[in-house]
Amino acid sequence: MKPAKFDYILAESVDQVVEALDKGAGEAIVIAGGQTLMPMLAMRLARPALVVDINHVAELSGIEVVGDELIIKACTRQADALASPLIQRHVPLLAKAIAFVGHQQTRNRGTVGGSLSHADPASEIPLAALTLDASVSLRSVAGTRVVALADYFLGPMMTARADNEVLVAVHFPLRAGPVGTGFHEVSERRGDFAVVAAAAVIALNGDGICRTAALAIGGAHGMPRRIAALEDRLRGSRIDAHAIRSALPEIAGALEPGADQHADGAYRLRVAAILAERALLDALGEAAP
Amino acid sequence: MSKLAISLTINGRKRGGLAEPRLSLLDFLRGDMALDGTHTGCEHGVCGACSILLDGVPVRACLLLAVQAEGCHITTVEGLCGADGAPGILQDAFIEAHGMQCGYCTPGMLISAQALLAENDDPSLEQIKDAIGGNLCRCTGYVQIIESIQLAALRLREGPS
Repeated sequence: MKPAKFDYILAESVDQVVEALDKGAGEAIVIAGGQTLMPMLAMRLARPALVVDINHVAELSGIEVVGDELIIKACTRQADALASPLIQRHVPLLAKAIAFVGHQQTRNRGTVGGSLSHADPASEIPLAALTLDASVSLRSVAGTRVVALADYFLGPMMTARADNEVLVAVHFPLRAGPVGTGFHEVSERRGDFAVVAAAAVIALNGDGICRTAALAIGGAHGMPRRIAALEDRLRGSRIDAHAIRSALPEIAGALEPGADQHADGAYRLRVAAILAERALLDALGEAAP
Repeated sequence: MSKLAISLTINGRKRGGLAEPRLSLLDFLRGDMALDGTHTGCEHGVCGACSILLDGVPVRACLLLAVQAEGCHITTVEGLCGADGAPGILQDAFIEAHGMQCGYCTPGMLISAQALLAENDDPSLEQIKDAIGGNLCRCTGYVQIIESIQLAALRLREGPS
């Protein structure tokens, strides 16, 4: 349980980070909060030649509203995000999700960008961010590109981020008008990774017609997964508990759950529908005037 | 890569040392600083036995590199004692209310409880459970641990007798 040898750079700027990653040619890795990378190093699942520490890069920390986006810089601690009034006000779903992430000891170090970079298919921050139509900005020596999360998650712990890129921020579009949100999960103990989780957003027009419906499931596919067929059924109609329940069968068709020591695939599908119903009902309850 | 110099403050004292980049803060504290009150448990961030306060907030020492503690203020379980080395209020409460069985998780439990009580000297049961939620006790002595924290909170509220 001791990491293999590596070199270490304490970076002071994003320029320095991307230069190191570029020179590292796939052998360099970024450490932020270290709550995932340190165990991977200790178990030697990761054996980088160079670890680039971004904890002291001031431009990678902070939460701000710019134009029609809420921006969370990559190295923002989960504990700071959980306590942020800006996040509570503008993206309450994310606050609900982070309450399920780890424990105080891990949230005090773990970062929002780290969770999105690691991309565990059962982790809460990627699930909430996907549900909120967020995007990430990725920077390399060649410049910055913005990737929608719909195109970012490629599979378990696999993303569209190249080895020479660092995730610098996650961008959440601000929505006009009242929005309801819901987040539910099943885990073995509070703070563990979810076995299955569901995140939902609903917004209604003044006449009660559903304007926005977003539902995503975590832990039941190789990556967090939006359930587009269910969203399509709800959007544009007047929705109630019955309408939500009758749309739930759409979930199973969008997921290919794996089996592990926690649960088999059939259990995950069953629980996904139950958690989705709870999350959608919470969201509807908040959205209704 | 050669060893890097680290200077930091541990339990109120300026300390320094040299560490390979791969050395965890936990191994640095126990091996190099001879502070073995912080326990080595799972070494991958699950059990909480190695909890310390880093600039006042609880973190897992096994999930930090020693070099990342450069310039930081660290409190280990040794730092919870009074100036004379006698147990502090929290430690006394653990002794009195049987807050330990084998004692392996105890340093981490004490650190988590210390962080809680520093912010809130009248925590609810749920708040206590949340604060120690990241600390595993394999003796499953959680009830007595919670009672110990409640006793310490009571004594903190009552003030020095």
